Amino acid sequence: MMHFLSVYGLSLLGKTWQHIYISGISLGLGTIVAVPLGIALTRTKRTASIVISIASMLQTIPALALLAFMIPLFGIGAKPAIIALFIYSLLPILRNTYIGMNDVDPTLKDAAKGMGMTGWQSIIKVEVPLAAPVIMSGIRLSATYVIAWAALASYIGAGGLGDFIFNGLNLYRSDLILGGSIPVIILALLVDWVLGKVETALTPQTTEG
Amino acid sequence: MFLSMEHLNKTYPGGKVAVEDFNLEVEKGEFVCFIGTSGSGKTTTMRMINRMLQQTSGTIKINGKDISQMDPVKLRRKIGYVIQNIGLMPHMTIRQNITLVPKLLKWPQDKMNERAKRMIKLVDLPEEFLDRYPSELSGGQQQRIGVVRALAADQDIILMDEPYGALDPITRESLQDLIKDLQERLGKTIIFVTHDMDEALTLATKIVVMDSGKIMQVATPDEILRHPANEFVENLIGKDRLIQARPSITTVGQVMLKNVAAITPDKLLKEALKMMHDRRVDSLLVTDDGGTLKGYIDIEDIDYNFKTATSVGDVMHEDVFYVKSDSLVRDTVERILKRGFKNIPVVDNDHKLVGIVTRAALVDIVYDALWGDEDKKDDSEDTKTSAAAADQGGDAK
Repeated sequence: MMHFLSVYGLSLLGKTWQHIYISGISLGLGTIVAVPLGIALTRTKRTASIVISIASMLQTIPALALLAFMIPLFGIGAKPAIIALFIYSLLPILRNTYIGMNDVDPTLKDAAKGMGMTGWQSIIKVEVPLAAPVIMSGIRLSATYVIAWAALASYIGAGGLGDFIFNGLNLYRSDLILGGSIPVIILALLVDWVLGKVETALTPQTTEG
Repeated sequence: MFLSMEHLNKTYPGGKVAVEDFNLEVEKGEFVCFIGTSGSGKTTTMRMINRMLQQTSGTIKINGKDISQMDPVKLRRKIGYVIQNIGLMPHMTIRQNITLVPKLLKWPQDKMNERAKRMIKLVDLPEEFLDRYPSELSGGQQQRIGVVRALAADQDIILMDEPYGALDPITRESLQDLIKDLQERLGKTIIFVTHDMDEALTLATKIVVMDSGKIMQVATPDEILRHPANEFVENLIGKDRLIQARPSITTVGQVMLKNVAAITPDKLLKEALKMMHDRRVDSLLVTDDGGTLKGYIDIEDIDYNFKTATSVGDVMHEDVFYVKSDSLVRDTVERILKRGFKNIPVVDNDHKLVGIVTRAALVDIVYDALWGDEDKKDDSEDTKTSAAAADQGGDAK
């Protein structure tokens, strides 16, 4: 263990940073696109089912196949990996946003409208705050997926902790495989824990204490 | 006219008619109840007033202005809105909930705070509640907040959609008192949808009965009890309520006898005596030629004065006790009984004699009011007993 760290320590830090970078950007982009899209979909129910089925379909493409598919389009490196992971991150966030917004008590939406809120005010002041916990759990789910799948991105030259794993597989070196996998697991758990805290913070207060 | 609704129609896609040719005029300060069974179109009609629903045809005017020409968002901020499920925002404090519309109208913070305090006082809740969340209040307390939320921005019209439907009877009653009091004190115009006739009778100054999208009757609670427009309205009111209401709303005119023996003052006593003899009565009412009640004369008067006086006018009593035909029996029956007269003359507003109330008629009324219900109970018990007897007979075999 100490031996492994003394040999690979510096490179492990670098790869971990790459991993965080790739997953972070994909997840960030996914959130920026999927949350507003999910909100918009609640206003047009008919389009909603179409868009969500398309997103579900994208989700069924095997991760490796999708990554390989990116090479002819975007070449190799971090960019195609980020795009592929971004596509993967969309569905859980999109679906949770849509469900969360739709699950807001219709009487509250009715009251908001009836008291003279514009559609926009109703979204910002009523629906999004109340749907926030559900939206956040979608983002948490996506984050876990993206961090795990980012390990595969090394396959198309994106770097990250996947490099250790693939090297280990090629060289039959279990220490390299573990050295890559364990940080990925720790990273996933850590991010999930942090986002869990964010979720709690965003959950609207409904009692004084 | 403050609020007028003309020829409103609402047809849903697919051809279902929700409201048909609805016409109503509402004065400022009226408490209007829309009542009907579910699907009668009462809520649909109400929701057209703040443009939560768009009518298929017809116009709604507030202060003469067609609301379809107004910005719906601005319109709704001027109309209070209270719904059955209360609809307080669970993630906002009571203060934020109360000042929701003022905030939309961008009032300064001081004014909003002051208003929140005034509003919570209005519904008899402590000021500490302002910083609590809705889930920490009971259902009744929440709906009190729901009510003041609809008043906080000085809205003149308040729409209430079965606001107390989900509350227990005691809470409901206290909230009914509250809204009635607020409405009278603040001079608000309220449109109140309910399916509870007792609620409508208690609260409304005007009741609009609806069935299948059509208006069945528009009237005051009194009028509706007295003259239900048709069978539907009668059924909605219910037999029990109509019977209960009868002694309290029956007028003297409805129970009096119309065929009255009256004589004019210029007639001779001889003629009066003959008239009494013919009609088998011991007294006569005296009216002038126009039918105005002047007094009465009875057989003793004639007997004592037969030699000295000649005409009816000479001996009649002018201090005659009478009742007005449109006064309520409930208000007069006691007075009549106490005086001990056999017959009481009934006059209209011009003091013209229109009939008499006999003690026999009063006995009927009192009997109905006191024993009417029990009669029915006795009947049903009789049938039960006979049924039981039949059963025993069966056992014996």
